[in-house]
Amino acid sequence: MNRRQFIRQSFIIGAGFSFLPSAGNMFPTVSALPTKSRVVQITNSLVRYRHGFHRAQIEKMLDDGIAALYDTEEPGKIWRQLFSKKDTVGIKVNCLSGERGSSHKILVEAIAENLQQAGVKPKNIIIWDRLNEDLENAGFRINIENKNKIRCFGNDAVAYDNRLYLNGSVGSLITRTVTRLCTALINVPVLKDHGIVGVTLSMKNFFGAIHNPNKYHLNNGNPYVADLYEMDIIRRKVRLTICDALDAQYEGGPPFKPQWSWQMNGMLMALDAVALDRVGWQIIEERRAKEGFPSLKKAGREPAYILTAGRKGIGQADLSRIDWLKREFG
Amino acid sequence: MAEKKQINRREFLESCGILTGAAIISGATPFAASSLPAKDEKHRVEARWYEKQPHKKVKCKLCPRECVVDDRERGYCGVRENWNGVYYTLVHSRPCTYHIDPIEKKPLFHFLPGTIAYSLATVGCNVDCKFCQNWQISQIRPEQVDNLNLPPEKVVREARRAGAPTIAYTYTEPVIFSEYMLDTAAAGRKAGVKSVMISNGYIQAEPMTDLCQVLDAVKIDLKAITEKFYREVVAGELKPVLDTLVLLRKLKMWTEIVYLVVPTLNDSDAEFRNLARWIRTNLGKDVPLHFSRFYPQYKLQNLPPTPVKTLERAHDICQAEGLHYVYIGNVPGHRAESTYCPYCSEVLIRRRGYLILENRIVDGKCPNCQATIPGIWH
Repeated sequence: MNRRQFIRQSFIIGAGFSFLPSAGNMFPTVSALPTKSRVVQITNSLVRYRHGFHRAQIEKMLDDGIAALYDTEEPGKIWRQLFSKKDTVGIKVNCLSGERGSSHKILVEAIAENLQQAGVKPKNIIIWDRLNEDLENAGFRINIENKNKIRCFGNDAVAYDNRLYLNGSVGSLITRTVTRLCTALINVPVLKDHGIVGVTLSMKNFFGAIHNPNKYHLNNGNPYVADLYEMDIIRRKVRLTICDALDAQYEGGPPFKPQWSWQMNGMLMALDAVALDRVGWQIIEERRAKEGFPSLKKAGREPAYILTAGRKGIGQADLSRIDWLKREFG
Repeated sequence: MAEKKQINRREFLESCGILTGAAIISGATPFAASSLPAKDEKHRVEARWYEKQPHKKVKCKLCPRECVVDDRERGYCGVRENWNGVYYTLVHSRPCTYHIDPIEKKPLFHFLPGTIAYSLATVGCNVDCKFCQNWQISQIRPEQVDNLNLPPEKVVREARRAGAPTIAYTYTEPVIFSEYMLDTAAAGRKAGVKSVMISNGYIQAEPMTDLCQVLDAVKIDLKAITEKFYREVVAGELKPVLDTLVLLRKLKMWTEIVYLVVPTLNDSDAEFRNLARWIRTNLGKDVPLHFSRFYPQYKLQNLPPTPVKTLERAHDICQAEGLHYVYIGNVPGHRAESTYCPYCSEVLIRRRGYLILENRIVDGKCPNCQATIPGIWH
């Protein structure tokens, strides 16, 4: 049985809405926000072996996640609808914390494989983050020159656009990877705690796209994180968010702290980054409570920027209006 | 079969149109890419003012923000990094720009008038003024621009070679490169070259006191006299800046103040009056106060340039409140660019823009009434 057959056989879809935006205009406009945003949480106890992860299990999780997100039995078709051979797709990883605390290379490779199956040429796939050095520390190999392979580089390799992008509290230069090279983005943050802004998930991951992230941690990142993600140049290009929760962290982030991490063996997938962030925040709160830690609010770092993003209409931040689908393997 | 052309990394980037140049600021010298040393992203010098905390965190003690910084993270300024529990400055000996400026450009009007200052800056700043003129270098990180390798002794040599009696730490915010400034000013003092700090004054007392051991003058940008303005426009706080001014007074450091007048945001009569009264009460009547003209910049492009009449109103209010040396800047040819004796009204230094047309001060005194004119004249 191949993985697609497996998906079909094991498919269980919860009741809920279905919306399938067309490629090129993937993100609904503010007025078209669905009443419920779907976030798919997949965990798989079979994904991990002693020294790493099983690629096949990761692929299975991706397939199942896409299928659940779109109420379909054909995830491959969804990838083809989301991305075309004309696209240059940037995969925004989070690599600040070395191999264990960053977006896992094996997951990113599986995502890139899906893109290629959808017709995107390897040279038109760019794995990127702030610095080459960060990518290398997380296990990625820099490839700027070889156009026949998937490219991988930091903003330091391509520099920032000269234009100052302004929105609300934010005024920043944005990496040319976003402004000039990529037509579409897949956001691959990591599920983890952040010592200043509470949690660092989908929206916050785009601090790695700008030249001055250090300026926007004041007031627990509120409203800076929301203002940045609201920018069309970013938000309109993000077609999918896949949050890496293979290893997750509930305290001491963003650097990797093994004593406060747990093997969640999971991932979160959504089209609505705000909804995903709200769910991720909830998962971290629940884990903190379980481990005897105070809530992020009591710790003085409630990620209120997520609520701000909801109020601004960037996405859904009300948990009661989020269709949170939980899927478990193994 | 056609031979494939191999291209190197630079050619690739150029073909993508994605090579960046050095940052460019008005009045400063960006380096030509060809004259630059290789990028040196690993350059780190341990910071001088910080505390170690549990779990490899550090607490910066340089500016009032007191950033608590996790391992591999940076402080608000973007130029200090925690690496494995040790806090480093990334900009020591790594200026992004230098220029030879008239000292009047700083502006310092009572400090060696008519001389030049070897002026330099690294990237970075510990505030984020919406009207920043130099945001292309103040609001970026070291790895985002080409930097020179210019150790303190070399700065002093270059200043002397240029005939500059003074080194000015300026353009961005020298607080964030305090270690470099301290070492350079100390080297300069040994060689008979003075040092002036052109700053926002957003610094803790200990580093400011340390710096005063080797500095000769300080200019403080007092951006407003309300916390509201500092909070909303500067992303900082007023009180620590006022504390710095009082500290400088206590340490007998020659200090001048600039107040950038931003239409509708800090230009009311009451604010000018409060400003003058605070200076008179806490620093004395003799501290020079420069009102400077705002031009739309950076994040504040929806306001017009400051009307000259507003600057004149500010000038008149502060003079009426008893301040002796009130100037108007960024309005070349205005009579309030010149220095007048506060006792006999004699013109002492006639200026036009950055030019000194006439300097009549003799041995620090008014030639007419012999009143002592405060400043550093030799």
